[in-house]
Amino acid sequence: MFATRWEPLAEMNRLRNEMDRLFGRWGRLEPRPLASTGYPPLNLWEDDDHLYVEAELPGFDMEGLEIYVTGGRQLALRGERRSPELKGGTWHRQERAFGSFSRTLELPSSVDSDRVSAEFRHGVLTVTLPKSEEVKPRRIEVKADST
Amino acid sequence: MTTTTMTKSQAGEVAGAENTFQATFMPRFDIWETEEELLLYGDLPGVSPDSLDIRFENKELTIHGRVGPRHEGIEFLYGEYGVGDFHRSFAIGESIDSERISAELHQGVLTLHLPKSERAKPRRITVQGA
Repeated sequence: MFATRWEPLAEMNRLRNEMDRLFGRWGRLEPRPLASTGYPPLNLWEDDDHLYVEAELPGFDMEGLEIYVTGGRQLALRGERRSPELKGGTWHRQERAFGSFSRTLELPSSVDSDRVSAEFRHGVLTVTLPKSEEVKPRRIEVKADST
Repeated sequence: MTTTTMTKSQAGEVAGAENTFQATFMPRFDIWETEEELLLYGDLPGVSPDSLDIRFENKELTIHGRVGPRHEGIEFLYGEYGVGDFHRSFAIGESIDSERISAELHQGVLTLHLPKSERAKPRRITVQGA
């Protein structure tokens, strides 16, 4: 059996960790949370040409993940994680979640749906969404007056 | 806790900028026990097999997964979770055959087998008839 002893320090750490998870650690950057935070939590960032969406999805396989872009402005993620089927024993701890999820996200700028790509590495999904031409920042050439 | 990975600044050295700071998170674990073993599953997204450190000593199991900063210098438009190392330790009351501990890491999920040592396994006692 597990020695179940009360570890106040561990509890405090856990609380702190949970707080970190909830509020992140970018106090300086003040990330704006989405209107409703669902599963999975997402991080979203951009550069001039792309939007990037990242999610931690340990134990999901790429085949079981569905990624849709609708109208160039909406990203939907769907997936399922099944619990292992075990027999002849008992659970001491069950903290991990199983089942299916579906999450939809309004993108902050419009993207080229045909060129969206996704990578799944060590349980982290990264979706790369190229911005559509019309929303890309464009450098305006200033013509010098030649005369 | 046996290991802490806080980078300690040398005496006199000015502590680095915020970019050296990384939070550490507690990974979620499931633990299943059979007569033969303890089986642990842990969610460690972003941890590669080379950056995972598992120790078992003094009946304490410690799991530390390093997660390199993935977003240095990036400002998030939406930021809903933090990225950092994973750390967790468990006190194991059972006696474990530490030589036969095995671990696998697939798609961010750790599967850890802790086989019970022979003397810890339940033994059926034969009752002699009169």
